Amino acid sequence: MKPPPLRIHRPTSIDQTLDLLSEHSVSGKVLAGGQSLVPVLNMRLAAPSDLIDITGVSGLDELTVSGPEGQQEIAVGATVTHRQVERSVDIARANPLLAEALRFVAHPAVRNRGTTVGSLAHADPNGEMPMILALTGGSVDVRSRRGIRTLSAEELNVGPLETCLESDELITRAIFPALPAGSRAGFDELARRSGDYGLAGVGMIVDVEDETVTGLRCGFISVTDIPEVLDLGEVVSGTQIDEVAGVVSRVVDAVRDFIDPGGDIHATADYRRHLAGVIASRLFRRLCRTDNARIQGAQVHTAGNDAGNGTDTGADAGSGTGKGIENDTGRRRA
Amino acid sequence: MTADIGTEPTSTIRLSVNGVPHVLDVPDRKLLSDVLRQDLELTGTHVGCEHGVCGACTVQLDGDPVRSCLMFAVTAQGHEIKTVEGVGDDPENPADVQQAFIDCHGLQCGFCTPGFVTTIDAYIDENPNPTEEEAREAVSGNLCRCTGYQNIVSAVQRAAQLRAEGARL
Repeated sequence: MKPPPLRIHRPTSIDQTLDLLSEHSVSGKVLAGGQSLVPVLNMRLAAPSDLIDITGVSGLDELTVSGPEGQQEIAVGATVTHRQVERSVDIARANPLLAEALRFVAHPAVRNRGTTVGSLAHADPNGEMPMILALTGGSVDVRSRRGIRTLSAEELNVGPLETCLESDELITRAIFPALPAGSRAGFDELARRSGDYGLAGVGMIVDVEDETVTGLRCGFISVTDIPEVLDLGEVVSGTQIDEVAGVVSRVVDAVRDFIDPGGDIHATADYRRHLAGVIASRLFRRLCRTDNARIQGAQVHTAGNDAGNGTDTGADAGSGTGKGIENDTGRRRA
Repeated sequence: MTADIGTEPTSTIRLSVNGVPHVLDVPDRKLLSDVLRQDLELTGTHVGCEHGVCGACTVQLDGDPVRSCLMFAVTAQGHEIKTVEGVGDDPENPADVQQAFIDCHGLQCGFCTPGFVTTIDAYIDENPNPTEEEAREAVSGNLCRCTGYQNIVSAVQRAAQLRAEGARL
């Protein structure tokens, strides 16, 4: 048995969960899908005395798109798996960024158990979901015996693997706003192996009105400590979408100035900085293509990214030729 | 193992594996992969990396492939678990996915094979006619150090073909 000795509690209501969290606030930990926590336990990097398994708690399985057209919100309860989010046609229509980024989260077998809210609580700077929450201006609802509060992504994320949550608090759900009409969004990352942590990844939202770019926001994975959003509206606003080639280099420079990658055995900091710029450049050009006005619901992905694509785009990034990421998303099964 | 019981938290659990109900006393910390192998002697489920990367321990939970090394047996209660033995347990009469591995020479040492079989068994229900690219993607979460994957990718497509033929019979 690899995990350290521990006791597993299986509450069935939110009230019971909050009682248990309050009682075991010193060394208790919430367990949902366990796809990040159990590896940590198996490697004995953590040894909580009590795990509170919330998968049987009623009222945490909400997965809805609600609100008036144009102001819709996606609510994802704490026990909803990545796979459920990824497979929801309503969510893909309201905010295609979620499904597009989710297909980079490990592999289907991991997404079948892992929860989206769990990823937010884990706050891994290599994680896709914390960045998507920040980039889309989302928030989380948090409960404890002491009350209820709503935290923005900025408030939630304090540092790498660190949130502002108190030990007796539970994220009950996350709220991702729908993308506004006229905005175009995309996500891409490069990893050494299919489903592995990205060496660098970029999420991007481009606002377009009357064929003119009016806004640009970027979020990053693996190259910033916390998921901060870079607003490049001033750099690109007013550019016609068929003339963005002229501002791409300024976008890339701004991205490379903003991020703060670390180097490790897999890639140097300089290489990650280079990759982030390449990915941002490709995404920006793809999203600004005149034929890339958002086709709602067109980006529902049901399968994981494959090694072939990763290698392909990796070699591409090295040579700096702009082969289309658009193919990568366009050819997937809807 | 037995010495641990009594000195750490344990639970009496009910597990349904390959359609058979079991009642077991296990330490809370015991992973599903270890309970399958040690307590139920279903040693077809292999344990490789034990942190979710290699895919050798993949089983189906309510029909979906999951890593049994990333799940406590206690939390598998209330779900139906299917291991490679549940896919097919008769060498004289292999299941379609197993036959496909034989047909395509999709295994060499065989250590990773049970994880591939459980993954593919679920996948071809989801996608009955995968392209080569989709087949490759479907097994991208399973590592094999022998084959170089080409024959496994072929086996995915062959398995889909065999299942379709089986459904027509």
